[in-house]
Amino acid sequence: MREIEFDVVVKAVKDMIMHCGTDLPQDTYDALEQAMEDEKSPVSKEVIRQLLENANIAKDEKRPLCQDTGLAVFFVYVGEEVRINGGLLRDAINQGTEQGYTEGYLRASTCEPFSRLNLKDSVGYNLPAIIHFDIVAGDKIDIEYAAKGGGSENVSRARVFPPAAGKDGIVAYVKEVISDAGGNPCPPITVGVGIGGTFEKAVISSKHALFRDLETKNPDPEMAELEARMLVEINNLGIGAMGMGGTKTALAVHIEANPCHIASLPVSVNVQCHSSRHTHITI
Amino acid sequence: MATYSLTTPLTSEDTKQLKAGDTVLLNGTIFTARDAAHSRLVALIEKGEELPFDLEGSIIYFVGPTPPKPGDPIGSAGPTTSYRMDSFSPTMLKNGSKGMIGKGNRNQEVKDACVAYDGIYFGATGGAGALLGKQIRSAEVIAYPELGPEAVRKITVEDFPVTVVNDTKGNDLYQMGREQYEVK
Repeated sequence: MREIEFDVVVKAVKDMIMHCGTDLPQDTYDALEQAMEDEKSPVSKEVIRQLLENANIAKDEKRPLCQDTGLAVFFVYVGEEVRINGGLLRDAINQGTEQGYTEGYLRASTCEPFSRLNLKDSVGYNLPAIIHFDIVAGDKIDIEYAAKGGGSENVSRARVFPPAAGKDGIVAYVKEVISDAGGNPCPPITVGVGIGGTFEKAVISSKHALFRDLETKNPDPEMAELEARMLVEINNLGIGAMGMGGTKTALAVHIEANPCHIASLPVSVNVQCHSSRHTHITI
Repeated sequence: MATYSLTTPLTSEDTKQLKAGDTVLLNGTIFTARDAAHSRLVALIEKGEELPFDLEGSIIYFVGPTPPKPGDPIGSAGPTTSYRMDSFSPTMLKNGSKGMIGKGNRNQEVKDACVAYDGIYFGATGGAGALLGKQIRSAEVIAYPELGPEAVRKITVEDFPVTVVNDTKGNDLYQMGREQYEVK
């Protein structure tokens, strides 16, 4: 059984949060550069130019890319042959989150759902983190992280369709969700689509789909084709960067599909803004 | 589409010349407020009580900035999504406010209030928080410090870049832009 010190996890989580807050991942930066080249609307082109300039300022001056530095969302894969020495893994991730958000001058965005009072002085600075654990083979811990902003989360939706809805029904639903969202989720967006499983499996799959690098296609050719079809349909909506009108509403569509019940076809659409801040580490 | 430079407080003369799609560089004092602060401000107006700042000619910026790094007046400060303020904005405009800065669609009541009270809804680039934060020269919390990032701040801006989304004639830039590029 391999042992990993509690503090090693805390430091690793802190570092990835601080880095992600100011340095736009290369895949996102490249996708925005490509979008600026492809965009037909001069107004949307100018918006994307500002986003790239913003990314350069943030990286050079170590300023947060966006004031919405998100809730901290993690997918954690724990090897069966590894244990944490000195505390619980969940506590280490939360502690690293608190340190990263505090030391990085990132925003504390968690609040109590009814009073809306910020939880920074009670529960902790930007705590609790949202953590999805899984157990895997091996003696390592893989941690995937994304900063998830509220504007794009607010337009996300899920619905369980009858199986007869099929691919056409799913495409129409995704298009409807993005059309209704307009400029609110800060396009050009990434669209995560979770298909199949149970209701909550579809939702979590749609979230996890947003962690994939933007240029990576689905390994299943059938799903890759469906992703390409959805991307065209979404870009045909004309929403454009920040809703100003244009030809690049989405940078990518990522699907994660799962086996499901013979009676159901759950579909979830989770949206990420143009500031797709995501990264991963292996300890 | 024209470019203007305007200094707060704004007058009806300032706002009525602006058209959806125009670029404006804003200067002067602006007040920040988002969900929780709006709820409190509108409650004060309804009770006839005094507000923490003068609404006349004011611009309200929907923003919850990141904490400032040492030596900076404010952290990153881009707009938040505006529709969450839709139920409050008509009351703010009716009581003298002349403009709002945010991102995303407004409802018909807000657009109608812009026409009725010579108000403008400005869009700033969402997610450009580092760039926009640099145009803010000073910042001071003037109300509700317990709300943290949602506290009301009085900020001074210099050449703060915004686009007119909803003007005093009822035009909507988002609708116009989308109609132009939609492939049916």
